[in-house]
Amino acid sequence: MNAIPKLQQSDFPLLFELGAPGLSALNLSPCDVPRADRAKAMPRELLAEAPPPLPEVGELDLVRHYTRLAHRCFSIDENFYPLGSCTMKYNPRINERVAAMPGFAGLHPHQDESDVQGLLELLYRLRCDLAEISGLAEVTLQPAAGAHGEMTGLMIINAYHRSRGQRRSKVLAPDSAHGTNPATCAVCGQQALTVKSRKDGRIDLDDLRTKMDDDVAALMITNPNTVGVFDAQIADVAEILHEKGAQLYLDGANMNAILGITRPGDFGVDVMHFNTHKTFSTPHGGGGPGAGPVAVAEHLRPFLPVPQVVRRADGSFGWDADRPKSIGKVRSFFGQIGVLVRAYVYIRSNGCDGLRDISEKAVLNANYLAAKLRHRYRTPFPPPYAHEFIMMPEFPGSDVTDLDVAKRLIDHGIHPPTMSFPIAHCLMIEPSETESKATLDRFVAAMLDIADEVERDPQIVRDAPHTMPVKRMDEVGAARKPVVRWRAGG
Amino acid sequence: MRYTQLTDEHVKDMLGAIGVRTIEDLFSTIPTGLRLKRDLAIPKGVSEPQMLADASALAARNADGTKLACFLGGGSYDHFIPGLVDALAMQSEFLTAYTPYQAEASQGTLQAFFEFQTMICQLTGMEVANASLYEGATAAAEAVIIALNATGRSRVLVADNVHPDTRRVLTTYGEHRGFEVSTLPCKDGVVHENGLPRLLSELRTSVRADSAVPDVAAVIVQSPNFYGCVERLDRIIPLIQSAGALAIVATDPLASGLLKSPGALGADIVVGEGQPLGVPMQYGGPYLGFMATREEHLRRMPGRLVGMTKDREGRRGFCLTLQTREQHIKRERATSNICTNQGLLAMRAAVYMATLGKRGVAEVASQCFDKAHYAAERIASVPGFRLKFAAPFFKEFVVQCDKDVSKVLSACREKGMLAGTALNRLDPQSPAAADLKNCFLTAVTEKRTKDEIDALVDALRTA
Ligand SMILES: Cc1ncc(COP(=O)(O)O)c(C=O)c1O
Repeated sequence: MNAIPKLQQSDFPLLFELGAPGLSALNLSPCDVPRADRAKAMPRELLAEAPPPLPEVGELDLVRHYTRLAHRCFSIDENFYPLGSCTMKYNPRINERVAAMPGFAGLHPHQDESDVQGLLELLYRLRCDLAEISGLAEVTLQPAAGAHGEMTGLMIINAYHRSRGQRRSKVLAPDSAHGTNPATCAVCGQQALTVKSRKDGRIDLDDLRTKMDDDVAALMITNPNTVGVFDAQIADVAEILHEKGAQLYLDGANMNAILGITRPGDFGVDVMHFNTHKTFSTPHGGGGPGAGPVAVAEHLRPFLPVPQVVRRADGSFGWDADRPKSIGKVRSFFGQIGVLVRAYVYIRSNGCDGLRDISEKAVLNANYLAAKLRHRYRTPFPPPYAHEFIMMPEFPGSDVTDLDVAKRLIDHGIHPPTMSFPIAHCLMIEPSETESKATLDRFVAAMLDIADEVERDPQIVRDAPHTMPVKRMDEVGAARKPVVRWRAGG
Repeated sequence: MRYTQLTDEHVKDMLGAIGVRTIEDLFSTIPTGLRLKRDLAIPKGVSEPQMLADASALAARNADGTKLACFLGGGSYDHFIPGLVDALAMQSEFLTAYTPYQAEASQGTLQAFFEFQTMICQLTGMEVANASLYEGATAAAEAVIIALNATGRSRVLVADNVHPDTRRVLTTYGEHRGFEVSTLPCKDGVVHENGLPRLLSELRTSVRADSAVPDVAAVIVQSPNFYGCVERLDRIIPLIQSAGALAIVATDPLASGLLKSPGALGADIVVGEGQPLGVPMQYGGPYLGFMATREEHLRRMPGRLVGMTKDREGRRGFCLTLQTREQHIKRERATSNICTNQGLLAMRAAVYMATLGKRGVAEVASQCFDKAHYAAERIASVPGFRLKFAAPFFKEFVVQCDKDVSKVLSACREKGMLAGTALNRLDPQSPAAADLKNCFLTAVTEKRTKDEIDALVDALRTA
């Protein structure tokens, strides 16, 4: 490809192309103590000759830069975002307001427990609320995200097996499992094995039985699963595992479909993680932060990470590190506290009645979309669905792909659904409960419109999007010669 | 209900379109025996004013930085956060976007993360950086995994003055992933340089020293270390590398405003806690881990990487790249299991670094250095108080007192000052704990004023 035309480059500059030497948007008070003698206080070999070459930009230009960048992204606040498995629901502003209160945001992790009683009580209540929602015995709030929760959960399971004198090297997961499940097995030094799914999306119990042996530590399952169906055999799955002493791990990414309706602990799960950034609406922030609290059954409590937030006999709250069988720490300090505060506010704002309503409406919205689109897009699995469903953009005689349809949705102001997961060329659609019927109807109209376009004018679809500041990216070229940083002089 | 928008009329229409009678019918796949037949034992939902009142009451029972002068450090610092950071990074489009999988509809976050990666390289002196990890300790664990894969060896040496949480997390990861964590002892607050070569040669796969192969994949040092001391990276890094191990350096990103960056001193992988870069203390999280390394390890990196590329019409643009390293493609052969990272915190850090710029980062580092040295000198002049270590420091140092440290710290607390962290309490298992009796760690950022420092000194004097 040719060099990038200059004019187009300057259309949208990089930070490093703005400003001028000597500029800074920082405005500190002048230093009010004497200057320390650097030569005396620091070996010459360790002192920098010049400051690092960060960009030098004035305040207004910085404001414009980041404001314009903000306008170049889709977000929940501006767009319908039916990204399956990700639960892109509205992020209530009250959660932000509470998390930003100095009484939460301004605390240092080494402050005495007596200085942070309000926060510890909040965390303790959240821990108990999550245990109640999961139907399990106890929750750790420490893990940083879903995948980190998976790792924590698997470590707990392994510690449990070891406490019984066993080292089990295999972990099973259905073929529809999210990539983090097998990747987590590797982080824990275990082998990930696949269990087949049946045509109807449910796990193949016969295949599970043949793969079970005394070396299986756990099965990681998502339920409702990633094709959007609740696997009614889940109690049988649990039994098959438990007979061999293995544990049932639930990937809780899809909890939005079952809040207050059924509880993992009640259907045989031993360990699960929550994704607060999905189910409890803490904002995704362009890729995080999340939080991945882990809930465990009674027999696994001794292995939870330390420290644990507890209520002491005198009614005060504190951190308990006295768990000799604990797996230890999985991250520094105590967890994604600011995220957990938001999740708490969300759970308590909604309450038991609101939580149930969330799942009912999430499921209603998904099934409504499926019903309205089924005549034009094949839905490989039978309804009713949970909070998401799979749809196949197939156009016999045309080379328009799922990717093209997804990209064309962008021109309708709609973020594309998840693509090609868990089966090739599918779209995974999760509207979430917070969308209005009008928005759902607009989505239906857009999808039908695109199906018409494929017949009428497929090139429009293949070239989409047309309304964005850039066209489709050369991702292959990007990976072949990766440029992951800017350098002076190109 | 609270955040749903369907009227009874809507629900009726929608059920009709689906062809079922009730919402209940949509849950028919869940066996009745597995259903919850009562309400969750969580109070009913509350109104916005009620929720705010409840949350405010909880917040009021915490003593935050608006009420106290914070001299606490140890991985979380009360730096000044310019107003631009909240105004720009927390814009709703950044706040409520997902991971930028769809490049065309995510150029804003993608470019901002590309710029973040670049600025992390500029601060650390390294060639490439990723778009963030969870926090400092897990970033160190991920760096170890790079080193294990790069060297084919199975052990890491961790200096015992590395942040205690980082050491704990490494132990947890090591036990499960199957790598051994050994301790590199320290002397007088810094890595015991003379002991290092011997240790590196002793740690071999076999007991017979003549036939054994070296087994240390990486040595992790932190500079400034947990006690605030600046390590002689210029001498330590070559020692590590001469044993064929990778030098992983954990650092405070703001230290490079004054000190040579770990990259300039030859580090292989630089990781750290990004909290000093415009992230509120928030009782320990969410923060962001950063990781930077040399080009040769790029394909071993964990997590998201943003690359610069062109669109179909030749326009400059950005996309997630080298995704074949990641879990959604490679599954059990991925470089890490990380998926969601700390995007919004990377955004904050980007705005912070851009706000400071080259001059600003030097100014912040310089003020931290001057104020910390002023504080240290004044505290050391109080009878019964002395600096524990003679090693050079940046913004943090250890004080030892003759009196009972917890009494001294509570006396300061009563006067509205968080004077420091008692070290024996924080890391009681450490071999260093006995030596750290009545020691506390004090940090002084650019945000502390001379008056606050003088008040701290007075409080210590009368404690
Ligand atoms: C089914 C499923 N499991 C696990 C994860 C991983 O969660 P996280 O991104 O919070 O690490 C996700 C989300 O990306 C998911 O959809």
